[in-house]
Amino acid sequence: MRFFRMLRRSIRDAFKSVFRNFSLSLASISCITITLLIVAAAILVTFNVENFTSEMESDLTIVVFLDNDISEEAIQNVQDKIEDMDNVESLVFESKNAIKEGMQEENEVFDEIMSTWSSEDNPLKDTFQVKVKDVTKIADTAHEIEKMDQVSIVRYGEGMVDNLLLAFNTVEKVAYGMVIALVLVTVFLIINTIKLTIFSRKREISIMRLVGASNFTIKTPFIVEGMILGFLGAIIPVLGICFGYIALYNHFDGYLYSQLIQLVEPEPFIYLVSLSVVVIGMLVGMIGSASAVRKYLKI
Amino acid sequence: MDLIRIKNVNKQYKNGVTAIYDLTLSIKKGSFVFVVGGSGSGKSTFIKMLYREEKPTSGEIIVGGLNVAKLRNKKVYKLRRRLGIVFQDYRLLPKLTVFENVAFTMEAIGAKKDETRRKVLKAIELVGLKHKIHNYPDQLSGGEQQRVAIARAIVNEPKILLCDEPTGNLDPNMSMEIVHVLEEINKTCGTTVVMATHDKDIVNKMQKEVIVLKDGRLIKHVEKGGYEE
Repeated sequence: MRFFRMLRRSIRDAFKSVFRNFSLSLASISCITITLLIVAAAILVTFNVENFTSEMESDLTIVVFLDNDISEEAIQNVQDKIEDMDNVESLVFESKNAIKEGMQEENEVFDEIMSTWSSEDNPLKDTFQVKVKDVTKIADTAHEIEKMDQVSIVRYGEGMVDNLLLAFNTVEKVAYGMVIALVLVTVFLIINTIKLTIFSRKREISIMRLVGASNFTIKTPFIVEGMILGFLGAIIPVLGICFGYIALYNHFDGYLYSQLIQLVEPEPFIYLVSLSVVVIGMLVGMIGSASAVRKYLKI
Repeated sequence: MDLIRIKNVNKQYKNGVTAIYDLTLSIKKGSFVFVVGGSGSGKSTFIKMLYREEKPTSGEIIVGGLNVAKLRNKKVYKLRRRLGIVFQDYRLLPKLTVFENVAFTMEAIGAKKDETRRKVLKAIELVGLKHKIHNYPDQLSGGEQQRVAIARAIVNEPKILLCDEPTGNLDPNMSMEIVHVLEEINKTCGTTVVMATHDKDIVNKMQKEVIVLKDGRLIKHVEKGGYEE
């Protein structure tokens, strides 16, 4: 009962203090706002990069060309073996005649040349298009398939894939690092701004200690105050995310430059990002004021 | 029964100054004690150690059953709730009224609203400031401000009232008034009062228990008496 009474009092005092020292509060709030804006932008970029890399990764396939004179059972045999491999997600078979027809439809010259081929002397090869579960192991899987009987050529876009994966990996790591660094910087900035607020109430804190307030009682209003500042500071970034991202998405029709780079759909993505920005703001305000007030609890 | 027991206490500050040498004494429940001595005699350090603003370098201090020297920073509030403390510079909050200043103690310990109101009014009445209850500290004289500080110290009904030079900023008439308020509290509530002062007139007039410190050593402890240099 006493605990809830104290909690209610803490919350009331925190609100009072935010509005009584409004100029200092405003300093903290704008500091939180600016950093949260950058944090939000970094989160948006990270998620989009992650989205289109995984999109691209899922498009990567291994193409397996089989020997030209392969029999029906041998095809089935190879298919079973590939399907049994750990890293194989799915595979699609395309017969040499289907490929021929496809090419004929695509191009008139091909049509002219290929019309003379009968299904027996078709020089093309039957193929499997294999999708893998883990793209980073695509090379190993490809080499393993290459060793099988009746398999003539295996292609998976060797050099290009490796480079692409490396680049995406780097981009992701840099973006994560930026988010973490920004959050840390925010914490430091907020500790300093809140220290200013608390410094002006040093006397009050020391008197509270002298008349027998426990550290918990003294700290709680400041921590709640930090949370309120964090919340108020998150309002503009959240509005920025919601309206800004939707505007951006609509402007580019969901794609950046080419069909290759696809943006994350706004819903429910922006709500999740907004929520995490609010949580980050409140946590950061909390940690900032808790560590700023600690210094004065030693009298 | 001894409410305060001090045994072989030494206090050396970090800058090397030794403020208290091997102090051993005890104070009984319900007594009114003057701690006297000139500047640098260690009386302020003595009071500060009782409410644990300072920790003794060695020795044992027991206040109301709590071992002050071993009290952790987090638990200090347990001691302070048994004490009332009055300072030379009043230490009131300028933005709060008399009532709010006194109620500050009750709020700090999480008391209920009606209990707070009842005890605050009683304490303010005891120090004779009922008519100025809604004034702010800067609208009061020094003596009145000190009386608010006393009300704040006793509102929680502590066993011990510690006063560090409470009359240091006041003229002789005001000083006597304050001491009479303290005596009243001592008699009516049974609160043990420990008052550090260098005002000889007060000590001689009151004829109470006296502890005399000089250069950090106890040189006299009498049940009843005055003080001359």
